[in-house]
Amino acid sequence: MGFPHPTHPRENPVLSRHFGEAEARRYDGWVKRGGYRALEKALGMTRDQVIEEVKASGLRGRGGAGFPAGLKWSFMPKQKTKPHYLCCNADESEPGTFKDREIMRWTPHALIEGCAIAAYAIQAEQVYIYIRGEFTEPLQVMQAALDEVYAKGVLGANAMGKGVRIDVTIHRGAGAYICGEETALMNSIEGKRGNPRIRPPFPAAVGVFGCPTTINNVETLSSVPHILSKGGAWYKGLSLSNPKSTGTKLFSICGAIAKPGNYEVTMGFPLKELLYEVAGGMLPGRKLKAVIPGGSSVPILTAAEAEETLLDYEGCVAKGTMLGSGGMIVLDDTTDMVYQVMRLAKFYAHESCAQCTQCREGTAWTVKILQRLLNGEGRTEDLDLLLDLSEQMTGRTICVLSDSCAAPVVSAMKKFRPEFEAYLTKPASRT
Amino acid sequence: MSDLVKLTIEGREVEVPPGTSVLEAAKLVGVLIPHYCYHPGLPVAGSCRMCLVDLEKSPKPVPSCATPVAPGMVVKVYTEQAEAARRAVLEFLLINHPLDCPICDKSGECSLQDYTEQEGRSSGRYGDYAKRFNPVEDFGPDILYVPNRCVLCTRCVRFMEDVAQEATLNVEERGDRAHIGVFDGRPLDHPWSGNVVDICPVGSLLSKDFLNKARVWDFDRTASICPGCTQGCNIVLESRDNTVVRIKPRPNPAVNRWWMCDHGRLNYAWLNRSDRIEAPLIQRDGRLVPVDWDQALARFAEVIRSAKGPWVGLVSPGASCEALEAAARLLKAHGGSGAFRVTEGPEAPLPGVPDLALRKERAPNVNGALKAGFTRDWAAAVDAVGRAGLVLVLDEDLAGLAQPLPADRVVYVGTVLPEAARGAAVVLPCANMAEEEGTFENLRGIRQRYGQAKSPPGMARPAAWILGAILEAAGHTAGATA
Repeated sequence: MGFPHPTHPRENPVLSRHFGEAEARRYDGWVKRGGYRALEKALGMTRDQVIEEVKASGLRGRGGAGFPAGLKWSFMPKQKTKPHYLCCNADESEPGTFKDREIMRWTPHALIEGCAIAAYAIQAEQVYIYIRGEFTEPLQVMQAALDEVYAKGVLGANAMGKGVRIDVTIHRGAGAYICGEETALMNSIEGKRGNPRIRPPFPAAVGVFGCPTTINNVETLSSVPHILSKGGAWYKGLSLSNPKSTGTKLFSICGAIAKPGNYEVTMGFPLKELLYEVAGGMLPGRKLKAVIPGGSSVPILTAAEAEETLLDYEGCVAKGTMLGSGGMIVLDDTTDMVYQVMRLAKFYAHESCAQCTQCREGTAWTVKILQRLLNGEGRTEDLDLLLDLSEQMTGRTICVLSDSCAAPVVSAMKKFRPEFEAYLTKPASRT
Repeated sequence: MSDLVKLTIEGREVEVPPGTSVLEAAKLVGVLIPHYCYHPGLPVAGSCRMCLVDLEKSPKPVPSCATPVAPGMVVKVYTEQAEAARRAVLEFLLINHPLDCPICDKSGECSLQDYTEQEGRSSGRYGDYAKRFNPVEDFGPDILYVPNRCVLCTRCVRFMEDVAQEATLNVEERGDRAHIGVFDGRPLDHPWSGNVVDICPVGSLLSKDFLNKARVWDFDRTASICPGCTQGCNIVLESRDNTVVRIKPRPNPAVNRWWMCDHGRLNYAWLNRSDRIEAPLIQRDGRLVPVDWDQALARFAEVIRSAKGPWVGLVSPGASCEALEAAARLLKAHGGSGAFRVTEGPEAPLPGVPDLALRKERAPNVNGALKAGFTRDWAAAVDAVGRAGLVLVLDEDLAGLAQPLPADRVVYVGTVLPEAARGAAVVLPCANMAEEEGTFENLRGIRQRYGQAKSPPGMARPAAWILGAILEAAGHTAGATA
């Protein structure tokens, strides 16, 4: 984990403004940068006012689904009959995504503050921050920050002296990708095997420990203090394209790119400019072949499609893909698409929780077929078989892990079919 | 009945209580939606995805086990999309399955066989990849796990967790490496663990007792009541060639739901004993000699005539209500009374089901014996034997009696002849519970009928028939005690 690159002039650093500033990790440094004023302000508002402000901002879930955050909060029961919980999903495991890691590494207090505001809004007294087990440094930074705010009385039985109880507990994951799925995450917090649950009931009705629960992504919650400080209207104004996508978004760019890293741009920013201007363009001598724009689970874009894409929820959907988590994998002209798809499928086959038949068996079978193709032992019928399996793995299971395995297969087969076909006739180029 | 939900399944209207699953509602209109992980006695997992059906208003097929009915819902089970989805699940389940039906104990009662036959592909597309292989594991005293046949439905895991409430089983590993595991040092030895074999939809969990023993399609199946304790679990006696080979629970929501304990399940060898009394015997020249029923009953009438003093009955609480009632009538008519004793063992409840346990008293008809008028005062009855005009023994093993029986005044009705009864004046062979039809009354006062699963040996007759014949021989008409 390196040091963040300097902010590019075309970036719009809201969340990432203080990335790289060691002082900002500490309570005093954070307060000096305006920290915890939003929380203080929120605690002086009614819970409904906080929710309305977030609704007005148009903030949508940054974990991948893009569900409006304020609306999600408003699903929590107004009449509290059981404890309410807030879970922060910091189990960032999507291949190609590393934005939450940087938020936690550099601005832990932004997340804690966001958690506290959200907890207040949904009447939750307990917050769980579920951190991916492999995130050792973010865990240390978060825990140190948490210890500090408890010492300062920001959290606890009498948060900021306002008579509200807000407790935040860090729960460390044990290394399963599926625990980033919200219901599996809740099972994991409960100490159970991290298997996704059937919905309904939805978490707002029956969540962690059977109580009403809201679960938000790190980036979503970290955006909340800014919305409270500067107002929902300001945040809503941050939009370059579709007004339904507001604010700024961190994009993790990796692969065949000159300057890989996290870049924060306003919603609706053109993908082409992000790649070629902000992130320094392709590696020398390479040409763009394809982009997986939103973490490994979303359909692949060809170079031509990518260069026309506007980076917001609607812009990605218009190109047949999804904004997802904003983890952008850049593939160049030396990329073997069959191999890349096999690598992705292998990941999903390894991480399937094994509940649903289609996912447990289908992901592993997909890998076998792709490996056979790569070995030059593929059969003509394998290509249709792959598509047929993918069809049956889409929309048939409890969670979308199986769909995520199928999406890159289907989109790569659709857009790069000649590469698959070539393996039927040519000897293996790599295994 | 306005609170019922009306919906249409495969063109047939049905009304069910709210909260009913589509799968259960479909059963009511005669449609069995294929399923593996769903079991009515377990929490819903919704994970096997075999029960996918189409709803008119849903673009995607939904799992019918986890979808509650809604007013006006239109369920379509046999659409192209739903059938393709289920066919795919079957194909996925079979790619790593060993297809070893010919050597599998479950063959013939296997959901994977049945549904594949119904809706599966006629040939697979997996090709020549090596199938996943894991060795057979020993899970506990009676249970083997064959991971290669497992469909990961987790019924066994959920049974142990939620019904037995001793979470011995779990799912280990992820992806297609997953298998059922047993916690280290915690064998699957719960007194109710045998149920996991019943609920396993495939041949993955096997009973060692039944291993390679029989093909299930050879069975005669008889509805019966477990003779193992006073709970009165409803069972099926499965027999072949006049031999009881296996016992399975028979669902009864009022008594045992879907379950039975291992004690009852494995306690059947005595029903097949070969050292049985096969003919009526009478004492002649110091030894028992076989005679026909007429001679035996005539001899019995002689014994009655010479009997001086009240009769004493020593009966078994394993006898049918009918036999016990006839015996009670006989005793009462001669101023007598009787008692019984019960073998006891530790009580073993099934925590997830209210009022279901392997009961301390290990006999099926304690209540029937009490209601017929027999007492638990065994010591007093044995004490009275010396003064008795006649001792009527009904299938009691007479073990550990403090004093020898007055040989010439003993009439023994039983299945096997204990040493203590060898001096009896008359010995009458009776059928055991698998060989007769009758009723037992369980500890909650539910009187339940059991059927005849096999024929009794030789000339043995049901005890109720024998005692009825004796009543007649003794000159009592049906109304004698009324």
